[in-house]
Amino acid sequence: MSLTTMLLAPSESYTPPGPGDFNLPPVGPDHTFTFLGQEMYLGVTKPMLMIVLSAVLVFVFFRAAAAKREMVPGKLQYVGELGYGFVRNQLGRDIIGSKDFMRFVPFLFALFFFVLLNNLFATIPFLQFPTFSRAGLVYGLVLISWLVYNIAGIKAQGGLFAYLKHQTVPPGVHGPMLALLIPLEFFSNILVRPLTLALRLFANMLAGHILLILFALGGEYLLVHGEGLVKPVGIVAWLMFIVIAFLELLVQALQAYVFTLLSALYISGAIAEEH
Amino acid sequence: MYVIPLAEKLNPLLPHPIEIVLSIVVFGLLYFLAKKYVLPNFEKTFAERTSAIEGGLKAAETKQAEADAKLAELEQRLSDARHEAAKIREEAREQGARIVSEMREQAQEESTRIVEHGKAQIESERQQAVTSLRAEVGTLATSLAGRIVGETLEDDDRAARVVDRFLADLELHNEATDAGSSATGSS
Repeated sequence: MSLTTMLLAPSESYTPPGPGDFNLPPVGPDHTFTFLGQEMYLGVTKPMLMIVLSAVLVFVFFRAAAAKREMVPGKLQYVGELGYGFVRNQLGRDIIGSKDFMRFVPFLFALFFFVLLNNLFATIPFLQFPTFSRAGLVYGLVLISWLVYNIAGIKAQGGLFAYLKHQTVPPGVHGPMLALLIPLEFFSNILVRPLTLALRLFANMLAGHILLILFALGGEYLLVHGEGLVKPVGIVAWLMFIVIAFLELLVQALQAYVFTLLSALYISGAIAEEH
Repeated sequence: MYVIPLAEKLNPLLPHPIEIVLSIVVFGLLYFLAKKYVLPNFEKTFAERTSAIEGGLKAAETKQAEADAKLAELEQRLSDARHEAAKIREEAREQGARIVSEMREQAQEESTRIVEHGKAQIESERQQAVTSLRAEVGTLATSLAGRIVGETLEDDDRAARVVDRFLADLELHNEATDAGSSATGSS
């Protein structure tokens, strides 16, 4: 059941929210196409506009904050420096190490605030849609992160083979154990990392928002169609909605942090010197 | 508006291809813009601030050292001045004492001199008075005696002899009474 049935048939029966609620129709003219056996919209959709908006906002804000360059910063510059300094020092210098972290700071900086703002969009009134509940948008970002840490590793270790050896052969292991460990390490360090990175962000955003829809629509349903004592439960559901919304704010910030933190950790592991 | 009748078939894990490309392009653009226009400014500001703070600290240290040196110098000068003042005071005291004693001596001398001078004057005046008295007394006595005796004592030689003899007798008499009085005074 989905939005479709709700829109087309405003029946008395309750329709729980599902993934279909995140497949918003395009803003402009709409066509469909089939990809991987699934029919998809061909057009400009809300999440697409929002992801562009987020990039514009992040750039404009930090450009304005960085433009003044005063020794004693004003409010805007102070906030900008605080945000940049956080990514630079906490996620960059402390994890990658002071030797070569500056190379990756632009990437980590853009990544963190890009993900953070897109996540916060889920709570900002009128936007109220988690951009990264769309798997495609997450996969693109994860692909970049995967390429960054692997390419950095290949460069740092001096060649693809040396890098693969660095990532898959644990130090101090000899003989037949290697036959067991190398595929495992390869699987974990090269293949699974991007999957977990993508799923963690995507699933958190999707599930959190489904929960919010559930409380909002469920509360409304109970209030409108409930009988007698069931009606007040709708109010309770709406109160729960507010509580969950604050929890979601935390999750949104946390997921942006975790995504960037893991990207930094992967880079750090890839370029680490042979131990 | 056409809505896809997705129903339960929708798999949220299947990506929208345009979204993958869009995400990469948008993030890539943000990355390059941030790298080119945002980060250098922040880094420059950080570096300038660090150097400004370090420079400020260094300047403050220099100033502090200068102030300390100046303070020490001033204290040195002050103690020198105190020393000097004490010396001058001591000298002044000595000098004052010397001047006072000199003045005293001088005054003593002056007073002695004045007294001596007075004594001498008195003596000479007395001598003068004695001489003139002796002459006058002689003349007076002679003329008096002449009148009394009735005989002229116009002969000066005789008169002078008589006077001298009288005076000598008188002096002898005086000395005898002086000796007598001094003898009674001493007894």
